[in-house]
Amino acid sequence: MLVIKDLHAKVGDRKVLDGLNLEVPAGEVHAIMGPNGSGKSTLAYTLAGRPGYEVTAGSVSYQGRDLLSLAPEARAQVGLFLGFQYPVEIPGVNNVYLLKAALNAARKHRGEAEVDAFEFLTLVREKMKVMQMDETFLSRGVNEGFSGGEKKRNEILQMLVLEPSLAVLDETDSGLDIDALKVVAHGVNTLRSPNRAIVLVTHYQRLLDHIQPGRVHVLARGRIIRSGGPELARELEARGYDWVLNEAA
Amino acid sequence: MSQNAEIQNAEIHDVIGRGYQHGFVTDIESESLPPGLDEDVVRAISRIKREPAFLTEWRLRAFRHWRTMTEPQWAHVRVNPIDYQDISYYSAPKAKKDGPKSLDEVDPKLLETYEKLGVPLHERARLAGVAVDAVFDSVSVATTFKDRLEKAGVIFCSFSDAVQKHPELLEQHLGSVVPYTDNFYACLNSAVFSDGSFVYIPKGVRCPMELSTYFRINAAKTGQFERTLIVADEGSHVSYLEGCTAPMRDENQLHAAVVELVAMADAQIKYSTVQNWYPGDENGVGGIYNFVTKRGECRGRNSRISWTQVETGSAITWKYPSCVLRGDNSVGEFYSVALANHCQQADTGTKMIHIGANTRSTIVSKGISAGRGQNTYRGLVKILPTATGARNFTQCDSLLMGAQCGAHTFPYVEVKNPSATIEHEASTSRISEDQLFYCLQRGISEEDAVNMIVNGFCKSVFKELPMEFAVEAQNLLAVSLEGSVG
Repeated sequence: MLVIKDLHAKVGDRKVLDGLNLEVPAGEVHAIMGPNGSGKSTLAYTLAGRPGYEVTAGSVSYQGRDLLSLAPEARAQVGLFLGFQYPVEIPGVNNVYLLKAALNAARKHRGEAEVDAFEFLTLVREKMKVMQMDETFLSRGVNEGFSGGEKKRNEILQMLVLEPSLAVLDETDSGLDIDALKVVAHGVNTLRSPNRAIVLVTHYQRLLDHIQPGRVHVLARGRIIRSGGPELARELEARGYDWVLNEAA
Repeated sequence: MSQNAEIQNAEIHDVIGRGYQHGFVTDIESESLPPGLDEDVVRAISRIKREPAFLTEWRLRAFRHWRTMTEPQWAHVRVNPIDYQDISYYSAPKAKKDGPKSLDEVDPKLLETYEKLGVPLHERARLAGVAVDAVFDSVSVATTFKDRLEKAGVIFCSFSDAVQKHPELLEQHLGSVVPYTDNFYACLNSAVFSDGSFVYIPKGVRCPMELSTYFRINAAKTGQFERTLIVADEGSHVSYLEGCTAPMRDENQLHAAVVELVAMADAQIKYSTVQNWYPGDENGVGGIYNFVTKRGECRGRNSRISWTQVETGSAITWKYPSCVLRGDNSVGEFYSVALANHCQQADTGTKMIHIGANTRSTIVSKGISAGRGQNTYRGLVKILPTATGARNFTQCDSLLMGAQCGAHTFPYVEVKNPSATIEHEASTSRISEDQLFYCLQRGISEEDAVNMIVNGFCKSVFKELPMEFAVEAQNLLAVSLEGSVG
């Protein structure tokens, strides 16, 4: 699904990714952990094609195509979804309106007709139920006046409606209380499937208690310095990052 | 001035040599007055329109006063000098004679714009000034509904018709809200106005449909000095739409209109405008100078006047639709979206003059600046000593796109009664990269994303527009912003 080879990227003049290698096959959930400033969010933004994140070397292949050659909106249309750490507010733009535009952009790309308004609303209501969001959400502006937890739920709701092939979720657990964390995790789990891959970027083990990853990678100094099974996350939780960093040095 | 116009002028000078007065009197439809302005021209306009003496005199008084005035300099706009002797103050509709004969002869770029705006095919022809045949004319919207309006007692006609059929109403109300002494452009308009609309809603009548000048102004493609007068008698209601939702391809032209609204006790007037005159090209060449005076007077108790405007066109917009809140408990509202893209300049806002007790006013202004556009909000809230318990709420937001545009805000407040309550909120923001990227990451194109964000910004104004107009306004904004991203 996703093959990253020797990826180098900089933000402004700052080199952040420094020869990163990562492979995420379809059907798998991988977690990327690491200390602050190690390049986790940069990796997420670089994959999504955020302006200002410049790839200087390396390649990213997604479903066999060269992901880096695609414009940001084209990456989204072929099924890459980024769950933002800090979802932005867009005042006056209705949540549902944005979501419908997003779904139709993807459908158009696939050569499908625009979604029928009634069908769409039924779909959104069903997914809202999964995310335990109330009706008022339908009439509110995009993330406008949302609490931190509501914003994160909204990200996952969008993901459930758009049904991406590859989801990169950046710190989806931050700012969530335990009940909200369970709801969000449940939402993510409903999307797990053999033809889909999920990359969880997180600081903490606690998200992984609810969404079990197949592989765990430690990202530090712009590259993956260690990979392992779920037990690696638990070890990191118990011992911190220093020992991995020291061993890798 | 364009070459064509010069040639036309030369022809006109020939005509003058032969004695033009006979020319235009015998064949009004195809003659123009030569450029220039003096008392004879004012008299000639009045004569062509067979006006009663009071109106001729009024025009002349206006003209004499105008000659003592100078152009206002306080607006935040740069205006190329206007030679008022180089303008023709009466020209018969040129569409029928000089206009393209069919859609094939119309500028394809213009047609493309109509396509994007969703203007129906047969309307596109009208808007482009194609000489339409009699069949089209006979099914025009205005005439179709005339019967229904007459049954309700509503008068809705051209100003010229009103001069002939309802001179007493005109004499009573004309200039009662915007006196000819008001300002330079209103004064000029008073002297030379060519046509316009007149509306009278009798006591207690709720106008059975929205009234619109959408077709007439476009079809006629006539004078740039229209005059509109709307009188809503006690307890009546009317919603009036004024629109030019297609760009006019005319060269640098002065458009100095006057709109007067009179609301008697318990009457309500809602006046909506979508203005899209030709804005000039990307480098600021050409475009309309839109110097318009609009004012409404809430003359009676509990009356309400609401202005909603979407201003996307014109090279320069100079316009302050205002409310004089004379009646106790009367309400004035102003909702505005103004866009300045490329080299456009907009200096627009409102005046709310509180005279009666417990008068209330609301101002919501959304200014969008893109390209090298300069957008200014200028507003006055004035509470007079008699306006006990008056309230005003003003919200004034600016959105900037790109680094070369400007947004300016000049809110003036004068309070002469201590019981007044005034609130003012203002913000200036940019379309953030975060917002844009968020939309892109959801698969939405940059252009759609910008339109979405801008429309979100304007939402509180768009919701004041009649339904079908709101859709048009959104499309218009999208077309006007095209190419301003990236």
